[in-house]
Amino acid sequence: MEPSPHTATSNPPVAATAANLTERDLVRRSASTVPPPARQLEPVAKLIDVSKCIGCKACQSACVEWNDTKPALEANTGIYENPHDLTPDMFTLMRFTEWDNPQTGNLEWLIRKDGCMHCEDPGCLKACPAPGAIVQYSNGIVDFVHENCIGCGYCIKGCPFNIPRISKVDHTAYKCTLCSDRVAVGQGPACAKACPTHAITFGTKEDMKKLADSRIEDLKSRGYENAGLYDPPGVGGTHVMYVLHHNDQPEIYSGLPKDPKVSPVVNAWKGMTKYIGFAAMGLAAAAGVLHSAFVSPNRVTREDEEKAEELVKEKT
Amino acid sequence: MATTSIAKEDAIHPGKPVVVGRYNLGARINHWITAISLILLALSGLAFFHPSLFFLTGLFGGGQEARAFHPWIGVLLFFSFAGLFIRFWRANLPEKADREWLAHAGDMIKGDEANVPEAGRYNPIQKFNFWCMSLLIIALIVTGLVIWDQYFYDWTTIPQKRVAVLVHSLAAVALICIWIAHVYAVIWSRGTLRAMTHGSVTGGWAWRHHRLWLKDLAERHRIKKPAAPAE
Repeated sequence: MEPSPHTATSNPPVAATAANLTERDLVRRSASTVPPPARQLEPVAKLIDVSKCIGCKACQSACVEWNDTKPALEANTGIYENPHDLTPDMFTLMRFTEWDNPQTGNLEWLIRKDGCMHCEDPGCLKACPAPGAIVQYSNGIVDFVHENCIGCGYCIKGCPFNIPRISKVDHTAYKCTLCSDRVAVGQGPACAKACPTHAITFGTKEDMKKLADSRIEDLKSRGYENAGLYDPPGVGGTHVMYVLHHNDQPEIYSGLPKDPKVSPVVNAWKGMTKYIGFAAMGLAAAAGVLHSAFVSPNRVTREDEEKAEELVKEKT
Repeated sequence: MATTSIAKEDAIHPGKPVVVGRYNLGARINHWITAISLILLALSGLAFFHPSLFFLTGLFGGGQEARAFHPWIGVLLFFSFAGLFIRFWRANLPEKADREWLAHAGDMIKGDEANVPEAGRYNPIQKFNFWCMSLLIIALIVTGLVIWDQYFYDWTTIPQKRVAVLVHSLAAVALICIWIAHVYAVIWSRGTLRAMTHGSVTGGWAWRHHRLWLKDLAERHRIKKPAAPAE
């Protein structure tokens, strides 16, 4: 297994590096097939330790900075979230929840950095009708390729986390890229680099799971008995994972789904419907061909014309 | 006589052969706008339906263009079909006699029309086709608006959009099947197409396929005076 670029915490290489995420590293490509990749990159992951987050939004700033997006300035409506939702120009968003813990009576301020989870089994890619508009690399990164995107919004329907947003400017879908362009040259995601408390770390998925384990152990020792790692198996695991102090109820973190899966409706639409559809249309066409082969055309006869003429003559 | 509907433009022109006006110019233009938009919708829609047909977006200038045009063509189809609906719905209402006709529908399909009861302006299979088209087009426009993100994204939730896109694709498949049957029936039943190109059919065609309609027209003296013979 070839090593993937590792971590954001160490200084990135300064020498020019060739991008190592290329076409041949694709394991999935929307609406098309790819040859098996020549090599397997080490799966990467971003670990977001919610218990360490101070809500400073440095990650949002770094994201805007690196991706050169210009999220609209919005009015303050009395909450900390700004912008108020993910947008085509804001790929990550700190979501704030004030949660009254019924067991302790404490008010807990839950802050979750929302954004693409980079599912191992990506619903967006499954739903996408445009060849090559969504790709998945062998290190787990799910990326949107804008020149192939047609702006249909099917990815939105496929995503179990409500992440992609369609730009009204260029009519293509946007979301977190896991800084695939940075990772390709040995750097970690911009948000991880900017995080002042190391609540966001980046590395191989294996390393991140180990790090999570040590964090969970620490949280448990401090009374968070339900602390755990959010790496939902319903989507094959994710390449963005959370350490949650209340992993038994992820919904309290601004509606993080408890058991996310690609919707069965989407699976029916992208699976069975295709076969039923082609079968039905094929049968209809085949019925026509067979009918014309066995039943001669229905022609109006001379006799029919005469009958009509007689009828008309009678009446005039 | 039963409620065999006849349209305003229907009239018998005596002669050899007798010619019967069936669709006036307005109805024909209305029909062909609907037909063309339906074909364009099928081509662009199928491109999104399965990757193997994505190349069809090339007919519209690319994926982005096909995605942008498709819903607008849908709006055109909806209003165009609404025009056809207003013209034809009355003649497509089910009647008691349809039951008897349907009992012999098998003979009709086998090409043996001798025992098939006389039909009015539309036979029950045509009526079925008409109501299927109507219902499917309503389903398609409603679900189509739900998934028209450009203008209506905020109107519905994502789970609703998922159901809408599934229903939209199933309804589209059903409509294409109905359309195949419609086109095949026109080809198989010779002398039918001219009703939508020239607006008229021969008396023999009317006698053979829609005898009640022809008799009704004759009964009500919807007969155009023959043009004065040339001196």
